[in-house]
Amino acid sequence: MATLENLKYTKSHEWVLEHADGTVTVGLTDYAQQELGDLVFVNLPAAGDDVTAGEPFGDVESVKAVSDVFCPVSGTVAEVNEELLDAPQLINETPYDAWLIKVENVSGSEELLSAAEYEAFIAQGE
Amino acid sequence: MQLIFEKSKQGRGSMMLPACDVPEVILPEELQREKALRLPELSETEISRHYTALAKRAHGVNDGFYPLGSCTMKYNPRIDEEMAALPGFAGIHPLQPAETTAGCRQVLDTAKQYLCEATGMDDITFQPAAGAHGEFTGLLLMKAYHEARGDFNRKKIIIPDAAHGTNPASAVMAGFTVITIPSNEHGCVDLDALRANVGEDTAGLMLTNPNTVGIFDPNILEITDMIHKAGGLNYYDGANFNAIMGVVRPGDMGFDVVHLNLHKTFATPHGGGGPGSGPVACKAILAPYLPASAIQSGQDGTEGKLQLKAFYGNFLVVLRAMTYMLTLGAEGIRSACEGAVLNANYMMKGMQDVYPVAYAGDHCMHEFVLDLEHLKKETGVSALDVAKSLIDNGIHPPTMYFPLIVHEALMFEPTETESRETLDEAIEIMHQLYQMAREDSEQMHHAPHHAQIKRPDEVLAARQPVLRYQWEQA
Amino acid sequence: MGQYIPSTREEQQEMLAAIGAESVAAFFKDVPDSVLLKEPLNLPAGKSELEVRREVEAMSRQNKVFGTILRGAGAYQHYIPSIVKYISAKEEFVTAYTPYQAEMSQGILQSIFEYQTMICELTGMDASNASVYDGASAAAEAVAMCRDRKRTVALVSATTHPDVVATIRTYCYGAGYEMRMVPEKDGRTDAAALAEALTADVCCFYVQQPNFYGNFEDCTALGETVHQAGAKYIMGCNPMALAVMKTPAACGADIAVGEGQPLGMPLAYGGPYLGFMAATSAMTRKLPGRIVGETKDADGNRAYVLTLQAREQHIRREKASSNVCSNQALCALTAAVYMSTMGPEGVRQAAGQSMSKAHYFAQLLAEIPGVTVQNQGAWFHEFVTTLPVAAETVLNALAEQDILGGLPVKEGVLWCVTEVVSKEQLDKAAAVIREVCAACS
Repeated sequence: MATLENLKYTKSHEWVLEHADGTVTVGLTDYAQQELGDLVFVNLPAAGDDVTAGEPFGDVESVKAVSDVFCPVSGTVAEVNEELLDAPQLINETPYDAWLIKVENVSGSEELLSAAEYEAFIAQGE
Repeated sequence: MQLIFEKSKQGRGSMMLPACDVPEVILPEELQREKALRLPELSETEISRHYTALAKRAHGVNDGFYPLGSCTMKYNPRIDEEMAALPGFAGIHPLQPAETTAGCRQVLDTAKQYLCEATGMDDITFQPAAGAHGEFTGLLLMKAYHEARGDFNRKKIIIPDAAHGTNPASAVMAGFTVITIPSNEHGCVDLDALRANVGEDTAGLMLTNPNTVGIFDPNILEITDMIHKAGGLNYYDGANFNAIMGVVRPGDMGFDVVHLNLHKTFATPHGGGGPGSGPVACKAILAPYLPASAIQSGQDGTEGKLQLKAFYGNFLVVLRAMTYMLTLGAEGIRSACEGAVLNANYMMKGMQDVYPVAYAGDHCMHEFVLDLEHLKKETGVSALDVAKSLIDNGIHPPTMYFPLIVHEALMFEPTETESRETLDEAIEIMHQLYQMAREDSEQMHHAPHHAQIKRPDEVLAARQPVLRYQWEQA
Repeated sequence: MGQYIPSTREEQQEMLAAIGAESVAAFFKDVPDSVLLKEPLNLPAGKSELEVRREVEAMSRQNKVFGTILRGAGAYQHYIPSIVKYISAKEEFVTAYTPYQAEMSQGILQSIFEYQTMICELTGMDASNASVYDGASAAAEAVAMCRDRKRTVALVSATTHPDVVATIRTYCYGAGYEMRMVPEKDGRTDAAALAEALTADVCCFYVQQPNFYGNFEDCTALGETVHQAGAKYIMGCNPMALAVMKTPAACGADIAVGEGQPLGMPLAYGGPYLGFMAATSAMTRKLPGRIVGETKDADGNRAYVLTLQAREQHIRREKASSNVCSNQALCALTAAVYMSTMGPEGVRQAAGQSMSKAHYFAQLLAEIPGVTVQNQGAWFHEFVTTLPVAAETVLNALAEQDILGGLPVKEGVLWCVTEVVSKEQLDKAAAVIREVCAACS
């Protein structure tokens, strides 16, 4: 299982990249994509939708399961990664490049973990 | 095997209609079909062989054992098919004058008499076309009942986590919020969890009993009473009715409304996925809200009774079920139930030495769930691998990975129409597969080996959906 | 031993012994004693097959099968080729269930894939599901596909079949959104009223083609109006008419649905029938129910599977947009065999002859003093007349001649003629009506 040092993580297995301008990018961790298996579809919100920390903002489908994706921060969706709608496998192939949404007007956040803390959290669960 | 379109040759076909004996009328150009209709062009011989070849690549109850849990794949009597084909039923227009359809109404009345007696209910609608359709109907009856009493705050339906997936989906379609309550260590309703969730906002409870792990909930009277005391109603999911018919009635257990799956319990064929029939029986308090047909009532549909589909339901399916019930009679209905439960217990006992039973007690009802989690941990062989290996042995696999509360679940429902020899053979095969899992697990990961196809790539199918045949560009 | 139970009483005793139970009562010990039935159900005793046959055949004789049927209104008598009944009675198809196990269900899956292709061809749409219960529930499911948080009102044309209206209304009532009617004008949707009704909260508009009175609507223009308002456009189509009329795809429909009964299913007192549903590729994933897709197996060979399953209730549970978990597979098979047997030319002929004969009959009726045909413009195989005498009188006189006349509706009588009715039968029916009208006026 890979993690990247420059990212922060949630206990529900999303990664967060905080940008200098205050916006954040959200994706699914390598651990999450391994657990979910081959993804076949992604349901994403629309740009302009409000999202709330700790609440689902979309879901990802494998052949036989669907899983909510939770938003680590509150704010407004600035952009969604439309490439994933045609190629959900990018989340399996390159989870840390395959971002799901960018959030602006960030107003609050869940408890975020460092890479080391997230790895420890995973290890604890297994 | 080729698709029917790939066998088509332009100009082939059969003449089914005489030449038109009146002057031809055609549509004005702006309303005409804008492109040629591409349908297969084949001789009758070719069509017959095409579908015969497809039939050979299907597995029905008549092809072999089909212990698909929760689906009650019992034998479909031939007499029922023959009666449904009688011109005196098949040729009746749904909007004929009442005095010309007395026979159809007699069928519905007879079916009503049998089903109301067997469920302990007062009235019934045959309009719903399937179990899920019946669930939706029953929930709407509950909603209409509460609203007619001026009670608009009952928005919650309580559903155990072991329930069929249609239950929560139907509740949402009927505008309710779903409260999921966990199962206790016996796989039954957790009474404390139920108590904690029942209140003035409770519209009702949806329950199948026996539940999806094949256990009859011994607290059933306490459960339904708790809901009633809170002002809610009790919905009985009749998917598992084969396990209790003639022995105990939902109406006596405190249920107010029940749907039945005529294509399960009452032996009408499943048809590769339908048509089924999901009549809803209810207590007198809900009868005023039962659906009707607007056109038959002379209305325009904008107001009046609920309606779930056109006309009165899947009549010919009800007719088959009625024929079956006439054949069985009071004693036969009970015998069918007892036979189903006996077969399930016999099969469970026969496999229990190697496969643990989920929520095992000393008996089950009409079905049981094997939990293969240990096998998977020890050998890597999953419930899926065992299921796929059954295909090589000519047995349709049991329901896999359901209920969700058991992780490596295989749910068997043998039904009463299987002989002891068939059960013995299946038990023996399951033992062989257990051995094979220990000796040659690799083989099982790739099963089936002798079926129509190897395992299909479902990820490819979902990622790049191909949902129709494409003609080559001319 | 009971009917259809192989085990003898001795075998059952042996099985009980093997289990270690004294009697089957042991298995029911969790049932509270107070509700355990002590007496048999209050129902007749079981009967032999011969007795049952006699009883059910006697019931069938209580019905009247009309030699000539001039009534439609949602259920249509068309010619069903012999082979259709034989193929759809094949036990492998009849006694199978939903093809969950693709490795032993390729025949069923391929037959559905072929059906989906034929529905796409008929409608011109991009994708079809494996079918739903009937045309009315298909219409209601289509409306549910269109709704979102901001758009919660469904518009339905007043020229729609009453059962379809009532079914859409019921589904709307369930999920808590609103259905509003768009009025009719001279037997067609009032286009100006539609434009006015298309407020920002409208999710879709449903129109029936040809409509309840048999008239063809200007579906292209209606579609443009709907799309200008940002709503979705649903067309409910008679599949027989689709052989000759402009496809919903060409009219701009987002979803096309309809009652598939005309494609090889008997009248059967209203069911089982077949709901077909097809959509543009943009809306494919919102289609409810089963969908079959093509893929490859582990050896790289072509194979068929149930696909896009994560949309469905068994996975999404309370988040699923529909609870549909079956289809009318055997009816879908019937429709596919019908279309294959008739072929493109045969289906076109059945549609064309129905339309021609209906117009011939309308002309005969129009020549009777006091009878007026209400339909203006283009119409298909149904039409409405007013009569100079009570409808009841005319219909009774026709019934005496073994003819099921049209359906009395508030505008008059709704007639339907299909290809199975000969010119001779139409002439006879018109003569009966002429006679009744003359005698009473």
